[in-house]
Amino acid sequence: MRFAVPVFPGSNCDVDCIKAVKEVLGQPVEAVWHQESDLDRFDAVILPGGFSYGDYLRTGALARFSPVMEGVQKAAEQGKLILGICNGFQVLLEAGLLPGAMRRNDHLQFRCSIQSLRVENNRLPFTLDYRAGEDIRFPIAHGEGNYYCDEETLSRLEANGQIVFRYTGENPNGSVADIAGICNERGNVLGLMPHPERAVLDWMGSEDGRRLFTSMLRYWEGKSDVA
Amino acid sequence: MLPEQTTTVWEPSPEKIQAEGLYRDMGMTDEEFEQVIGHLGRLPNWTEVGIYSVMWSEHCSYKNSKPLLRRFPVEGPHVLQGPGEGAGALDIGNNQAVVFKVESHNHPTAVEPFQGAATGVGGIIRDVFSMGARPVALLNSLRFGTLDSPRVRYLFEQAVAGIAHYGNVVGIPTVGGEVEFDRRYEENPLVNAMCVGIVDHDKLQKGVASGIGNPVIYVGSSTGRDGIHGATFASEELGEDSEEKRPAVQAGDPFMEKLLLEACLELVEKGILIGIQDMGAAGLTCSSAEMAAKGGTGIEMDLDQVPQREKGMTPYEIMLSESQERMLLVVEEGRQDEVRQVLDKWNLPSAVVGRVTGDGRLRLRHGGEIVADIPVNTLVDDAPVYHREQREPAYYRENASARPEEALADQNPAQVLRKVLGSLNVASKRWVYQQYDHMVRTNTAVRPGSDAAVVMLEGTDKALAMCTDGNGRYVYLNPREGGAIAVAEAARNVVCSGARPLGITDCLNFGNPEKPEGFWQLAQAVEGMSEACRFLETPVVGGNVSLYNETRGEAILPTPVVGMVGLIESREHITTQDFRQEGDVLLLLGETRAELGGSVLEQVVTGELSGRPPRLDLEKEKKLQEAVLAAIRQGKVRSAHDLSSGGLAVALAESGFANGLGAEVELDTELAPALFLFSESQSRVLLSVDPQQAEAVQELIASHGIPCRPIGRVAGDRLQIQVNGQQVIDETVAALKAIWEGALPCAMNPSSTN
Repeated sequence: MRFAVPVFPGSNCDVDCIKAVKEVLGQPVEAVWHQESDLDRFDAVILPGGFSYGDYLRTGALARFSPVMEGVQKAAEQGKLILGICNGFQVLLEAGLLPGAMRRNDHLQFRCSIQSLRVENNRLPFTLDYRAGEDIRFPIAHGEGNYYCDEETLSRLEANGQIVFRYTGENPNGSVADIAGICNERGNVLGLMPHPERAVLDWMGSEDGRRLFTSMLRYWEGKSDVA
Repeated sequence: MLPEQTTTVWEPSPEKIQAEGLYRDMGMTDEEFEQVIGHLGRLPNWTEVGIYSVMWSEHCSYKNSKPLLRRFPVEGPHVLQGPGEGAGALDIGNNQAVVFKVESHNHPTAVEPFQGAATGVGGIIRDVFSMGARPVALLNSLRFGTLDSPRVRYLFEQAVAGIAHYGNVVGIPTVGGEVEFDRRYEENPLVNAMCVGIVDHDKLQKGVASGIGNPVIYVGSSTGRDGIHGATFASEELGEDSEEKRPAVQAGDPFMEKLLLEACLELVEKGILIGIQDMGAAGLTCSSAEMAAKGGTGIEMDLDQVPQREKGMTPYEIMLSESQERMLLVVEEGRQDEVRQVLDKWNLPSAVVGRVTGDGRLRLRHGGEIVADIPVNTLVDDAPVYHREQREPAYYRENASARPEEALADQNPAQVLRKVLGSLNVASKRWVYQQYDHMVRTNTAVRPGSDAAVVMLEGTDKALAMCTDGNGRYVYLNPREGGAIAVAEAARNVVCSGARPLGITDCLNFGNPEKPEGFWQLAQAVEGMSEACRFLETPVVGGNVSLYNETRGEAILPTPVVGMVGLIESREHITTQDFRQEGDVLLLLGETRAELGGSVLEQVVTGELSGRPPRLDLEKEKKLQEAVLAAIRQGKVRSAHDLSSGGLAVALAESGFANGLGAEVELDTELAPALFLFSESQSRVLLSVDPQQAEAVQELIASHGIPCRPIGRVAGDRLQIQVNGQQVIDETVAALKAIWEGALPCAMNPSSTN
């Protein structure tokens, strides 16, 4: 399974994502400069965290216009797996690949900690290796993770099982319905604020992120076998 | 494009500058002005006076502190780069070096806290990557007034937000540091930022201009009118008009910094650079002059080529601007295109602004005319040096007879423990560090909150431990002892995390050196630090001096901040302060005496600052550190916590917070319970060890000649302490933790009811 990690000017978790894929899956993974639009050689794309273009306009608002996003769009349509983490999630929202929008954290501060989450849907390519309703811990680090969508969208997300992760305990940013991560209707595009790539080794404070990556691989291999 | 539009700024003639003493407004004295005339053999023009005044400011020249700084031990078997470059470098094996430095941004923060603090972080990051190193961690040491004043809360909140913003955007984890509050920092807060980087030996860079005819390349943000005379502003006392000096504070752009960082490291990787230096304090002036001085060359620049943010900037403004996120490069002639390719990829403005010359002069052209022509050595090596007068202050003599212990002996330990844990200098700093991304780059093995932070060295089994330390109260009471303690405690902190201390960087935050009492504090502190560094074999490889930290004549507590880096040989050795297992035996290492001068207990109970600080015996300190490290390396230690502010009582409480574990402790002592529990005697450590190993550890520690006694065990969810058979503390860990965690958020939000 071949992974692409697009790098925008200002991305800063690109290296972490690459390390995590190598560490957990041992699969080929490549950094792709934002000006490249052809992602056909990859099976999955991880949009990394960071501050693309400094996030000076609105988080992710400029990155969505990068040529690489054409490739991401196409990959999503082809049913490849797209994972947007933190800034990557914000870019997916701006690109319209996921519904909703992001606001500043309700307390107006950046927040970095290890956060408890609940796996709300474990039937997705990204969550196969978790138990339904399982409590897990992922690091968070963001100033704008306050996810918002209107009532109608929220009921649709709820009904379709598109809410993938919810914060448990204290909601760190004020997001609607404690949402930490959502997917598209088809289930092949996931965006989440917490950082699974920061929870893959014992000394990191949590290893719960490993299974997000192993799920992706297991799903993809299963799919390829059928095909 | 900058048209030939004439400037509207009026500049006085050389004669007028001399006749009216206009140089004095730039912080230059009459004697210094005479020296400039001597160096040039003529009267300097406005631009030249500006250049001399910033280069000769304390901030750039260390003219007041240089004679003292020579006392620091700067050499050692693993020193690859000592003071004098962007940052120091120490060998850590595997052909790698750790590059690190701490620097102050105090005065900018006092007038514009967000940008002032943020740009302090930006500057220190550039210092580290200008050495060719990849920055892997940030730390910061903060001192603010007490939070009961709304203005202090504003300064503190904004400074923390500024530090967070800059580091988070650039994507370097802020892994540690410390914060203290004292009314003596109210008008003059301290923001010291430290950056740690990693580089392969053969990639280590220097800020040097060599090779006559080689191009000098400017890269990064364009030059604006911000921060003009920032270095001069940093070298004078704050006064009523300091608020008006806001234009002397720069505005930071961390996104630009990230691009600059990646581009410069790409150039380093390609091996194109001859010299690279940050345009920090005194901007283009300092970087060009220092690079030429180090290369034994000269530099000629055409200021019309300098990318500019505004039209009509004068040579004076261009040379003195402290606009952020700019670097100066020297490359081999003919390789400009290779450089440009990399810089274009990162969308960075760049320009060839000059050439290296062989005549040892800094020569500047503007609009086709020569606007400055100065011998480089007179700016750097021949800057004035002052041997200031020292006088032992009256308060120091008076304190010799003060015995703060007497007033504290009768305190009820349970009551004061609550007060101490809820005091801002001991309370949890989570409110601060949860605003810093401390995990990006996924190498952080010990996050903020322990004695030292630990960052893994990628591709090896090793790790770096790092911390900052400095106790202004101790230094005030006895600068020499306090200076030594700052070094010893920093070393003890990295030892407790499983590391061998390697070396330090320091930031000397003091008052006006022209006052003999103030200079005495500085000189004594440097003496104490030097002694400790020599003894503990931790050379000083770089740092920064921040003097004139006074407002309306009142100085801050003298505060040397020590940034220490240590090497952990194996991941297995990483140790934290957290109790891990019920039943583990608690061992107290070192001797406890009635030493409470400058202690947290004194602060909390009487609010005074009196007596003498704890004594430090460097011989014992070194043995203690060797003993602890030996025990850790043998895998026999479950947790290790340095005893510092708040003494044993605080160490016992803090060690239990992470895992909600209590302790049953029995102590026998001739001291009053409060004195024993809150004493801040030095060279002490609390260990928790597997009961099976307890005896072996005791023997090991004793073999190093360090007293070691079992004082109880990790147990339950209560902290229970008996002294001489009497129960003096019995509290749930949860209740203590609530006090400790709630204090700072509560102080920052005084009107809140929740």
